[in-house]
Amino acid sequence: MTTSSEPEIGRARLRKEDARLITGQTNWTDNITAPGLLHLAILRSPMAHARLDRVDVAAARERPGVIAAFSGADLAAEQGSLPCAWPVTEDIVLPDHPPVAVDEVRYAGDPVAVVVARDAYAAADALEAIEVDYTPLDPVLDLEAALADDSPLVHADKDTNRCFSYHQPCGDYEAAKARADVVLHRRYHQQRLIPSAMEPRSVVVLPVAAAGEYTLYSATQIPHILRVMLAVTTGIPEHKLRVIAPDVGGGFGSKLQVYGEEVLALILAKRLGRPVKWTETRSEGNLATHHGRGQIQDIEIAATRDGTLLGLKADLLADMGAYLMLLTPSIPILGATMFPAIYKMDAYDFRCTGVFTTQTPTDAYRGAGRPEATYAIERIMDDLAAELGRDPLELRRHNWIKHEEFPYTTVAGMTYDSGNYEAATDRAQVLFGYDELVAERAKRNEQGDIFRLGIGISTYTEMCGLAPSRWLRDMRSGAGGWEAASIRMLPTGKAEVITGTSPHGQGHATAWSQIAADVLGIPFEDVEVLHGDTKLAPVGLDTYGSRSLVVGGTAVYEAAQKVVAKARQVAAHLMEANEADLEFSNGAFTVQGSPEAQKSIQEVAFAAFTSHHLPDGMQPTLSAEHVTDPDTFSFPHGTHLCAVEVDTETGAVKIRSYVCVDDIGKVVNPLIVEGQVHGGLAQGIAQALYEEAVYDEDGNLTSGTLADYLVPGAPDLPEFVTDRTETPATSNPMGVKGVGEAGTIASTPAVVNAVVDALRPLGVTEIRMPCTPERVWRAIQEAKEASR
Amino acid sequence: MIPAAFEYARPDSIGEAVRLLSRGGDETKVLAGGQSLMPMLRMRLSFPDLVVDVGRIDELRGVRDDGDRLVIGAMTTHHDVMRDPLVREHAGLLAAATATVADPAVRHRGTLGGSLAHADPAGDLPAVVLALDAELVTTERTIRAAEFFRDYLQSALAPDELLTQIRVPKLTGWGYHYEKFHRVAQAWAVVGVAAAVRRDNGRIAEARIGLTNMAPTPVRASATEEALAGADATGPAVEEATRDAAEGTRPSADASATPEYREHLARVLTRRAVLAAAGPERTA
Repeated sequence: MTTSSEPEIGRARLRKEDARLITGQTNWTDNITAPGLLHLAILRSPMAHARLDRVDVAAARERPGVIAAFSGADLAAEQGSLPCAWPVTEDIVLPDHPPVAVDEVRYAGDPVAVVVARDAYAAADALEAIEVDYTPLDPVLDLEAALADDSPLVHADKDTNRCFSYHQPCGDYEAAKARADVVLHRRYHQQRLIPSAMEPRSVVVLPVAAAGEYTLYSATQIPHILRVMLAVTTGIPEHKLRVIAPDVGGGFGSKLQVYGEEVLALILAKRLGRPVKWTETRSEGNLATHHGRGQIQDIEIAATRDGTLLGLKADLLADMGAYLMLLTPSIPILGATMFPAIYKMDAYDFRCTGVFTTQTPTDAYRGAGRPEATYAIERIMDDLAAELGRDPLELRRHNWIKHEEFPYTTVAGMTYDSGNYEAATDRAQVLFGYDELVAERAKRNEQGDIFRLGIGISTYTEMCGLAPSRWLRDMRSGAGGWEAASIRMLPTGKAEVITGTSPHGQGHATAWSQIAADVLGIPFEDVEVLHGDTKLAPVGLDTYGSRSLVVGGTAVYEAAQKVVAKARQVAAHLMEANEADLEFSNGAFTVQGSPEAQKSIQEVAFAAFTSHHLPDGMQPTLSAEHVTDPDTFSFPHGTHLCAVEVDTETGAVKIRSYVCVDDIGKVVNPLIVEGQVHGGLAQGIAQALYEEAVYDEDGNLTSGTLADYLVPGAPDLPEFVTDRTETPATSNPMGVKGVGEAGTIASTPAVVNAVVDALRPLGVTEIRMPCTPERVWRAIQEAKEASR
Repeated sequence: MIPAAFEYARPDSIGEAVRLLSRGGDETKVLAGGQSLMPMLRMRLSFPDLVVDVGRIDELRGVRDDGDRLVIGAMTTHHDVMRDPLVREHAGLLAAATATVADPAVRHRGTLGGSLAHADPAGDLPAVVLALDAELVTTERTIRAAEFFRDYLQSALAPDELLTQIRVPKLTGWGYHYEKFHRVAQAWAVVGVAAAVRRDNGRIAEARIGLTNMAPTPVRASATEEALAGADATGPAVEEATRDAAEGTRPSADASATPEYREHLARVLTRRAVLAAAGPERTA
């Protein structure tokens, strides 16, 4: 075994899971069936806010094929309250959240009753036979009005719509402001977004009634957390509950949740003693799968005339929606330390108020708190540059942390381990043709071109790799942030990697195979990755927050090192050599100075299996496990440059070119990185230009289908130019950083900055997201009016 | 897809289809590809007792030359319409607009007749057949396009009447352009303008303009058509003539646009469509 090949880590391998996923030779949750399977359907409130005077399911029970129908009152004793695992302040308001409403509905889509039937058609038909009397109550839709003393209340028993107030002062902001020559105040809006994973949510519960055991399949990102939470919520003992996330088709945070439907499928399967399935339709998902973002941001920045930043203040109103779900209140707080981003300043003040509204609950959506922070700082940096008459890239350069200053502790108290903003920006400027585009923009402005050119910049960083458990403790999270891996070498020399991460599109089977193959010195094809099943991979904390590689991949790396360490002991024994004299490369142990004698790791694995010749006291088999609890976050960064053409007659925005240079440290698989960046850019651009969950004045969701909620497709997006610089993280042994959210975090402000930049000469300073053609056109009209 | 229960029939002939339709009455729906009916069934916005699938009636498909007009079978798919050499030569506007409908998968299923019978003013093809002065042939009669679209999602078709052919006058040599303004590639037009122009020595001899999504039905920009007759095919002249492009329209409000903005778009897009149509001649 002396096949010297290029290292596995860093290879652009095609994903080994794709053949299965693309050809459909796999199980999605909705494909799973069982003898006697019953189908659950849910009647949802058509009103944003109403008292339930009567819910009568009697007629539904008489419908053909119907096995059972229940109101919230019928289930009240066993359905419990859905958990919120991250109460961000001591005095946070935590309302009750029954999976099926009992007395009151609080958003359009809130469950009112359930039907269980022999097939999905019978279940859907029977919903129409349920009679409900509603007394409408006032909806609560506006974040500012919700905080007024006379506002109607989402939760009358709580006497307030204020969920929490969070304040993090860092230095003396008012003193910094007093020294400033320039103080800018801006209000930015983060619209509500609908995560829109390709695969809708789905859950199947298979009970073994006699044993009191349950297997729950769910299209979830978090089988391990879900198992704990379902045990706590339903009282079913944790060890009697197996949760499986089979192949899962995307999540973007929307499947980082403990949903009422999962609880309902479980308690109904228990009650009826039969398998139960529920799968949402797309329009049901738009109502009832949690939404993302939803913030009003009041941002103030203080600087000297020469452009040196002195201080930053962020005051947020964050839309919780009607209830607190698993991580709802923590989402804006995950951005708390990231508003200062890559810039040095003396003082920073962060405030956030969580507000209840009668709308779908919000929670994690790709980026979760950091896109909001990045948007605010990168937008206001452009505004400050315009105010000071400076080139926006130069203003950033003037204020950012220099390469030689790392590690650097920011004003917000985050210690960035590494970074090289100069290198990424220099590269991006070249790829973009920055100077040529600046010249073209000037020419078009001079000529009064109908099609204006705008240049948008985003020099972002973000914190990812959730998370050091002690940091989570200090932030009042209910859980830790470690991740587990174990590796077992099989008798034939193959290896199984058991990971606690739960991929739903990220390609862990490929990336973890590369890591294990590299360390163990065995072929990539000889590694199998097992995940997403609490019986197969019992220890884990799942996949979200760009954590999997940095935390879970590190655990795989460390576990593989432990395997090699044990193999070294066995090999030394077999070769009658000192451990210290053994070299290990390309999967083989050799004795220094006599390379002809060698033992492959496969031979060692077989010897560990037979156990015929192990050192005294050594346990048989070759395996190891490792749990990584990171010391700090990972801080990817990069420079994104976007050029747009704005049709000033129609308001249409066309992205002409998009260049991003990301620094995510060492790369395990550049193809997977490319895919993550492309998808992330698409979602960030979608927020800038296309997507918005819209409610009418009565609180009805008017973007309830993909005809109204505009998810862009390939024809709507430009050809991305992507490149990387490589500044290894110093906080983990592989030097890796997360990449799952970087594209989304960076791209939204780059695009909006470009649109505003194109129109600044016309007097436009702000356009709300998404920058729809009509909004852009109106901004131009208003600027024209104002200049008259 | 979880629609309510319905009966399904797939007749092999026009006669059998009409018999099924007359038996079924008001609660019968014709499935002519499924571009619009399938989503409506899926979202339980439509509850037919009977769905008559006319997708296997061969005589409803194809394009033929009929002297000064083309005859297009109602069940000819968008994909076939946009690639048909006769359509491209003599009704280029129809081919161009059809190429913007939905996405390739839908264009392989959806049909010209289905789109017209659905009578959605946001659909691209009603405005095109209106601009082309097409005739719609049914199992009962021949209806001029101007009389076919009655109201939002309402055509002149009786419940037991099947659209069989679309007769499109040949506008060989005319310039044409379909200007579709939509927010993402798969979305409906916020506003669309179908323009066909007969050119004569740098002037516009005649213009036909249909507007998509500017009223409960597709509409002609009649004032602009009149103003364009004899106008120079130049920017300023066309701009002047297209100022009234939104006259007589009744656009709706939705998440993508207010009526005021739609009227503005109609003016801008009509100018652009006419200028593009009046530009250098192209070959099919």
